[in-house]
Amino acid sequence: MKHKGRFGQFGGFYVPEVLIPALEEIEDAFYRFKDDPKFAAELDNLYKNYAGRPTPLYFAQRFSKHVGFNVYIKREDLLHGGAHKVNNTLGQCLLAKYMNKTKIIAETGAGQHGLATSMTAALLGLEAKIFMGALDVKRQSVNVHKMRLCGAEVCPVSGGTGTLKDAINDALRYWTANITDTFYVFGSVCGPHPFPTIVKHFQTPIGIEARSQSINTIGRLPDIITACVGGGSNSIGLFSGFMDDKDVRIVGVEPAGRGLDTTEHAATLAVGKIGVFHGAKSYLLQDDVGQVHETESISAGLDYPAVGPEHCQLKDSGRAEYTAVNDEQVLDAFGIFTKLEGILPALESSHAIAWLITQKGVLPSETNVILNLSGRGDKDVDIVEQNRQM
Amino acid sequence: MTSYKEVFANLNRAALIPFFVIGDPDFDTSLELVKAAIDAGADILELGIPFSDPIADGPTIQKADIRALAAGMTPRRALEFIKAVTDYKPIPIGLLVYYNLVYQYPTEQFFADFKAAGGSSVLVADLCIDDADEIAIPASNAGLDTVFMVTPNTTDDRAAIIASKTTGFIYAVSTLGVTGQRSTLSDMVAPLITRLKDLTDIPVCVGFGISEPAHAVQVASAGADGVIIGSKIVKFIEDNLSDKDKMKADISAFIAEISSALSLS
Repeated sequence: MKHKGRFGQFGGFYVPEVLIPALEEIEDAFYRFKDDPKFAAELDNLYKNYAGRPTPLYFAQRFSKHVGFNVYIKREDLLHGGAHKVNNTLGQCLLAKYMNKTKIIAETGAGQHGLATSMTAALLGLEAKIFMGALDVKRQSVNVHKMRLCGAEVCPVSGGTGTLKDAINDALRYWTANITDTFYVFGSVCGPHPFPTIVKHFQTPIGIEARSQSINTIGRLPDIITACVGGGSNSIGLFSGFMDDKDVRIVGVEPAGRGLDTTEHAATLAVGKIGVFHGAKSYLLQDDVGQVHETESISAGLDYPAVGPEHCQLKDSGRAEYTAVNDEQVLDAFGIFTKLEGILPALESSHAIAWLITQKGVLPSETNVILNLSGRGDKDVDIVEQNRQM
Repeated sequence: MTSYKEVFANLNRAALIPFFVIGDPDFDTSLELVKAAIDAGADILELGIPFSDPIADGPTIQKADIRALAAGMTPRRALEFIKAVTDYKPIPIGLLVYYNLVYQYPTEQFFADFKAAGGSSVLVADLCIDDADEIAIPASNAGLDTVFMVTPNTTDDRAAIIASKTTGFIYAVSTLGVTGQRSTLSDMVAPLITRLKDLTDIPVCVGFGISEPAHAVQVASAGADGVIIGSKIVKFIEDNLSDKDKMKADISAFIAEISSALSLS
């Protein structure tokens, strides 16, 4: 590898030897093509005319009144496919195409990354195989249908608890055996180098747009930016635009599931210990000896025991702060936000909304906040309904 | 304790290296099976500590990890297990482990305790040569040998670096893929052995997909110093969970069969 892929002590590429040539090939292609005028123009065109970039920055008037300060919503939920995931899949699938790969694989939790990959594969004429935990296949059946309609093969993974981490395990195993002709479209800023760097790169439009929209709309930079953090790709996308703006407070919100005093959560930065998992050194939810915990969150997209290495560095350096909200707060936030704005937020993004609700009476009324609405909540309506009945 | 050097030097055939997941299906049975493997002709043992997310392993060894974890295996218990094996017979033991378990122990202490238990070498499945110093230095401080993997897609330059950091043996992976039985041996294996033999004097042992005496003979005649057999043996455990005597008899018979095939070849 040409680069170490480190964010302070975090990151790296802790993988079996067999994967190294494939990671080297992707690293090489990424640095070769990312600034190539033809590649950049093609991607820019897809962002604009296929995905729907730039996304608006919308002032949520009624919700602002509810919490008592100004909340601006970065509308990634309006992108094609209904989430920020398409930013990354367009970038990586185009990269695969430039590398003359015809087959791609991806893992998915909620199905959003799987769907975005499947759509993009259809668009670019690639053969896609999506690994998805068997439990997630059940609880996100609509997305499974959509992926199949796009022509992707969905492979249910029954190992472990049948969630995201098991899907990644099997995707890595499949990749090991099919390394010569297959590109792995990794879904978040996790995993071995170069994925955290590549995925971040393709998510930076969120932060770049939000920063200039803030200056144009609000007339200055925001006081606070916030986003939910599972693996951490939508949040890194937003945060990256404001990293050097030292007066902008950066807040990541993790899933506290059934509570941080239980083991049924996925709040890695809040209570994890440093470990090595899925190719990277990061904070990790694990037991005393290092076996990796199963996680629990009402939002399948945040249900992951590790977190992107750059978030770990941002936490340790103090540049970003991380907090967690539980499932109950998230469901309340989903309800309140939908009623006040007529926008169904994804349960993932509802974590950041829930944190803002906790800041009612805390933040001064002149505070300007940008919240990344990473996805729309149509996929979650059944889950919300089931939980309301309980 | 016999060193790898002595073992390879004293054998007039390729070393037979069975692999077990420590504590599969439980501590006591696992220990019986390992002793039986020694009695049946194992020259070296490759033992794995079960991990929650074994990404380099196929379904057979994944299930073994789950059985062993469910029966309460931990890294500390695994070291007690190794001590019990070396008390039975001073045979070289190579450990195969995923990095997080070593890292949490933590590393220096883990290697010291493994050495004290009678272990010989460590192979960390998800740590490649670029970060080798994270384990090579503590391993050498503890008096342990290092084992690293080389795969058919490893370049010559990289293989040379790997050889330079390896003090035990090179674990040559026969194919592109995870562990598991295969009906035929990959045609990538013979060229890989030849390539490695041209590059280095470090012993080369071959694993992944070796499931039949003929495979072992094929690998040995291609010049390998040892053959590592994992999934096929672990499958005998899976297939006979309700009959521990048969489990043991099948494993003993299989190892004896491989041993005699290697001796005759």
